Amino acid sequence: MSTGAATEQRQFTARMRFFHWLTAAMVLTMLGIGLAMVASLAYYHRLISIHRPLGILVLIVVVIRYINRRYSTLPPFLPTMSQRERKVASASELLLYTLLIVQPLVGWGMLSAARYPIMLYGSLHLFPILPHNVMLYAVLRRAHTILAYLLSLTILAHFGAILFHTWVLRDGIFNRMAPWRVRAH
Amino acid sequence: MPDTRHFGRIAATGIVVLGAAGAFLYLGGWFSPKALTPARFADGFERVDGIYSGFRLNHAKGVCVSGSFASNSRGTRLSKAVVFKAGRVPIIGRFSLAGGNPYVADEPEMVRGLGLLFKLPDGEEWRTAMINTPVFGVHTPKAFYDRLLASQPDPKTGKPDPEKMAAFLASHPEAVQANKINQSHPPSSGFDNSTFYGLNAFWFTNVSGTSIPVRWSMVPVQAFAAANTTEPRPDKNYLFDALIAAIHQQPLQWRLIITIGQPGDPTNDATIPWPDTREQVDVGTLTLDHVESEDGLEDMETGPCRDINVDPLVLPEGMAPSDDPLLSARSAVYSQSFTRRAGEKKLPSAVTPSEVLK
Repeated sequence: MSTGAATEQRQFTARMRFFHWLTAAMVLTMLGIGLAMVASLAYYHRLISIHRPLGILVLIVVVIRYINRRYSTLPPFLPTMSQRERKVASASELLLYTLLIVQPLVGWGMLSAARYPIMLYGSLHLFPILPHNVMLYAVLRRAHTILAYLLSLTILAHFGAILFHTWVLRDGIFNRMAPWRVRAH
Repeated sequence: MPDTRHFGRIAATGIVVLGAAGAFLYLGGWFSPKALTPARFADGFERVDGIYSGFRLNHAKGVCVSGSFASNSRGTRLSKAVVFKAGRVPIIGRFSLAGGNPYVADEPEMVRGLGLLFKLPDGEEWRTAMINTPVFGVHTPKAFYDRLLASQPDPKTGKPDPEKMAAFLASHPEAVQANKINQSHPPSSGFDNSTFYGLNAFWFTNVSGTSIPVRWSMVPVQAFAAANTTEPRPDKNYLFDALIAAIHQQPLQWRLIITIGQPGDPTNDATIPWPDTREQVDVGTLTLDHVESEDGLEDMETGPCRDINVDPLVLPEGMAPSDDPLLSARSAVYSQSFTRRAGEKKLPSAVTPSEVLK
């Protein structure tokens, strides 16, 4: 990589790319488990036993990821992106971060309001962050579903935009976040 | 901007995105509208028993109790669960009658329930929902659902259609067998002298890592007396009123008995009892000394058990579910029931605060 001007940087930093793919794997797993467990009798318990600790892990990873992002240099937008598209991309990134932090907190909060012990692994469990109140639980439980669908749609839009750029515009946008290193040429 | 030459690539993009969305919807059961889900199970209860705002879908009629559990430490040999260490832990409990009608008139033959929440000192909990029959009437969630639908009262007669129940039993010999076993244990006179059974098998693991299959029951210290099934009931709440009077007179006690399974004993079938010769360990005493309406001590309050889901899979470290398919299904449907009533305005309970005070 060049040691010269910042504009030479074509990829997100290795650490940012690591966090991106780690988050992607965890969040897609979480959404799949969440959707499947509410529709399943046979696997409900096994799935929710993964859903709870993994959700907290997502919260931790996303907070660290966001801090890392604040202290990293970002590659410039590609010239194929218009001003408006850049604004939409930035807004959707902010929306994703917000959802990824709010959704685990809502999950933790709703279990607190329902007065469930929030078991993670073995006897390890979390403290409640809200008082026991079933009306509050009902609201948060509904919010958890709505946020899950909103998160799924945002991720789909993000995925669709990258596919469009990669397959239709062929501007090599994927290289910016590719898990492997792409050399400048 | 892309022109028509890009049509194929745009279409491919669209198909992949739709495919990803479809995969998620598939996981969520959107393409299997007839599968038995927790929500459809809950709908079944509402269809058969009616909708009672703010109440449990099953075991709707109940009263809150509290007290403590004193462990004699003999259970530590079986499980490392904190509840078995010598000492006393607080208990929240709920006595109930099976069925979705919270205003049903008490009958001696109705299935009685006891739900318990053990608050362990390290913040863990053990919740268990038991009933007064030695075995469960069905061995799969689907059979439970089919029996529920077969018990639906006919709108003309107000009673279940005997032909439907006969058809259910004809295709479920295990249910017939379970009924026979349960009928050989006639009900006691009240809640206070009922034995409550955990029914499903679980695994206990002790500190040295040894796991054993177990079942548990709460055996009353109060002497057994057979229920009077011939005389007319004195009151529609007579079972609950007797319980309240008994607790006001003196604390009620049960011994927690752990039955240890042997290789070959079924852990996945709650309709089959384990042999009487299995080792039983008395691990401690449950004392219930306080009773309260679900609606609290005064109007507009909340009893300690009302807003709690006695999910049988809230277990402390040292206890784990068995392969019994009823367990995960119970957890899923209890959760669905809890979520529904949490968002509903609660109607007054049959056993009112003033009934508990008198």
